[in-house]
Amino acid sequence: MTWVGRSLKRFEDAPLLTGRARFMADAAIGARAVRFVRSPIAAGRIARIDIPDGVSAVTGADLIGVKPFRPRLNRSDFTPIEQPILPTDRVRFVGEPVVAVIAETPEAAEDAVDSVAVRFEPTPAVTDFVSALKADAPRVHDHAPANTVVDAKIRPPAVEAAFATAAHTVAIAIRSGRQSAFPLETRGARADYDPATGRTTLTVSTQMPHIVRTGLADVLGMREDDLRVVAPAVGGGFGQKMCPTPEYVVLIWLARRLKGSFAWIEDRHENLMASFHSRDQAHTVKGAFAADGKLLAIDVDLLCNIGAYSCFPVTHGVEPLMAMAEFPGPYDFPAYAARARAITTNTCPMAPYRGVSRPAITLAMERLMDTAAAKLGLDPVAIRRRNLVATFPYTSATGIKYDAGAYREALEIAAEKVDLPGFRARQMAARAEGRYLGIGFATFNERTGYGTPAFAPRMMDVTLGYETVEVAMDPSGFVEARIGASPHGQGLATTLAQIIADELGVAPDTIRVIHGDTDRTPYGWGTFASRGIVIVGGACKIAAAKLAVRLRAVAATLLQTEAGKVELADGRAALAGGPASIPIAELARAAYHQAHQFKDQPDIGLSARATYDPDGTYSNACHVAIVEVDVETGGVRLERFLAVEDAGRLVNPTIVDGQVRGGIVQGIANALFEEILYDQAGNILTTSLMDYAVPTAAEIPPIEIHHLETITDASITGAKGVGEGGAIGAPAAVINAVADAVESLGVAVYEMPIAPQRLRALIRAATGKKR
Amino acid sequence: MTDKIAVTLRVNARDYRIEVEPRRTLADAIRTDCGLTGTHLGCEHGVCGACTVIVDGHAVRSCLMFAVQAEGSHIRTVEGLADGERLSPVQQAFHDHHALQCGFCTPGFLMLATAILEDNPRIGADDLRHALASNLCRCTGYHNIVIAVQAAAEKMR
Repeated sequence: MTWVGRSLKRFEDAPLLTGRARFMADAAIGARAVRFVRSPIAAGRIARIDIPDGVSAVTGADLIGVKPFRPRLNRSDFTPIEQPILPTDRVRFVGEPVVAVIAETPEAAEDAVDSVAVRFEPTPAVTDFVSALKADAPRVHDHAPANTVVDAKIRPPAVEAAFATAAHTVAIAIRSGRQSAFPLETRGARADYDPATGRTTLTVSTQMPHIVRTGLADVLGMREDDLRVVAPAVGGGFGQKMCPTPEYVVLIWLARRLKGSFAWIEDRHENLMASFHSRDQAHTVKGAFAADGKLLAIDVDLLCNIGAYSCFPVTHGVEPLMAMAEFPGPYDFPAYAARARAITTNTCPMAPYRGVSRPAITLAMERLMDTAAAKLGLDPVAIRRRNLVATFPYTSATGIKYDAGAYREALEIAAEKVDLPGFRARQMAARAEGRYLGIGFATFNERTGYGTPAFAPRMMDVTLGYETVEVAMDPSGFVEARIGASPHGQGLATTLAQIIADELGVAPDTIRVIHGDTDRTPYGWGTFASRGIVIVGGACKIAAAKLAVRLRAVAATLLQTEAGKVELADGRAALAGGPASIPIAELARAAYHQAHQFKDQPDIGLSARATYDPDGTYSNACHVAIVEVDVETGGVRLERFLAVEDAGRLVNPTIVDGQVRGGIVQGIANALFEEILYDQAGNILTTSLMDYAVPTAAEIPPIEIHHLETITDASITGAKGVGEGGAIGAPAAVINAVADAVESLGVAVYEMPIAPQRLRALIRAATGKKR
Repeated sequence: MTDKIAVTLRVNARDYRIEVEPRRTLADAIRTDCGLTGTHLGCEHGVCGACTVIVDGHAVRSCLMFAVQAEGSHIRTVEGLADGERLSPVQQAFHDHHALQCGFCTPGFLMLATAILEDNPRIGADDLRHALASNLCRCTGYHNIVIAVQAAAEKMR
């Protein structure tokens, strides 16, 4: 009996269901409260800071010796930018922390924030990339002309030739609005100084405890081992909780300086205003097509608004360079030209958010496909069928190797499930009644589970990628798996136990996964980039297999046989083909307490360690949305959403489905509802849930999922990454569906979110009606 | 604002004698003064519903109510749902149907669903989906939450 492949119920659930789980705000109780005075202006000088008597506060001037964040890529087309921990001269976005205020309780700290008077001298701000790019635009950072901090180009000669001879050239421009990852738990942290050891523990709601420790120790000039980073239960992250931020630096500085405990819990207003944003991009795309619809070349200009600062360790190159490298997606075409720019503006900084650029590039490519299909008289399935990669391994136009997937199969199954001809008939009938139905397809692939071989070409100061796992069995026979990554809702405590259980022949509930504590786990990266089950799971499999070798050796001694003849299953070590067997728990006891019997073993005890650092593996999917547009209100109702996806082996099918659906709903939100907005002066307009529209159960239809399981050797467990795919494909499927619904009105939709007022504006413009 | 008022909150059938500022929300009092941190705060302006508790039988956003307003009421929080180690039907259904991922919204959804089903375990599918739209979840896409509450409804009829 194997455990991988079964929908085991999660080991994580019990404390979360009963209110016993300890989240960040729970851990903060009892510490002195820290709150931040934040810049109310987008750009300007700090003229004067007045702190009333009796108010305890820290400004940038106090933080002597503390270095700014300065994430780097070592490439000539990258301009580094620095983020001061608390600025002393200039502020660069609304919400930037300027003064930290300390009080006994959160309420008192919030009162004290109101009593601090900071006089700012505003200077002109730039918030959008069009104005920021102008030669005479105000500079967000003095050393960055035209506010351009990444300007990467690929332009092989074959592209010009392809466009010169192509039967059709199709040009579109898409716009992706700015979105917040919006974890339901905001950010927060608590720093505790331990006078006995001189160490400081930072408890922080994070996805990446080890690199957060490195980043914070570096700017504080600390020995890294003087800092312990602990992640409590983390209430969602989706990328927003990857990077270290100034607030954490201030907490550690205070704890060390005042030898006490200090905590900051972000409120929702701060979270929407000053935690990381994402997705603010514009792409101008030209496609060269043959007469039969075959794509021959792509030429794309990618603009990414990266906000005021960079994010450690991935830097502000993460969005433009990801967009440029992955733009070709699931399509086979030979010639590719791209320019990718990061534009700094007086807005909240960007960080990775579930999908990282791929929701936008998928929107661009999938709108291009539908636009070309309409021009060439093809249906959306036919044009995709003609262009999807069909033979593997495949090397993309940007030189990335795709392992095997089921690109065409996913499309064909999706088309069959939604019955495209049947839908067209229904659409015609509805149109006759004045109702506007639309269908949208999105096919895409997603690089997942990639290690240092994939990150190294980015030329980062910090090359991310591998994961290390230590698997140890204690004398009672229970197993601990210590992982450097740090899950925040993905269910890794369950799925990793399933993988380990199969190697050791024990039940998963005898395996405890330890994570989120730099004192207890090997150095590792975290949960992001659809990597947990592939890389951590792979490392668990290798480490557990090594431990199984040790167990077999111990058993062989006790059973007086050869290790090769021992089988581990159902909690017992058995002689193959014979009745002799011994409980694994007894082996464990013997390994530690009768060590003299195992002198031939390389080590005492039962533990093994392994690192997995793969090249990466491509997941793929086809999403289909069916919508009805109310042309009078601009409202879009989702009638049906279907995903046919291939993420390789399903370790726990129920958990996979949960990841897919969760991602899809964030993608639907990206397409229809959520947008962070600024006015021209750089004031943020969306800092409450009255303005930032997160969808509820009422807006979301049931989501159908069909799985394909292409197993490739690019992943040692056969599993491919599944965390981000939902969010990558859903926006394009929904926007294509909306575009299909209103196409007969002459309305062209190339932007998201297509909120009602925006869709109405397009309908008004196309139909010439005033309202 | 700092003069404290003595209040007795009855939470999960137990009395908590606490002293709070008049401006202290019920959510903060439950979490900090009563020490029941299972009730979570996601927005503190009454939209996300993570702080939902049951006050005198009604699902209430505890961030929008002052602690002093709750004196004399019977408050129920997530800590009071299980009977010892035995999960309530709604809790069990959330576990069985994978209706939680990060778990931060879960206490609020459990209290909301409990109030809905105690009021009407025969609630129709559309009404149930609409009622569950009171709260936000960022992880699950709601699909399994709806299925779990429907499954719990079956048990509670």
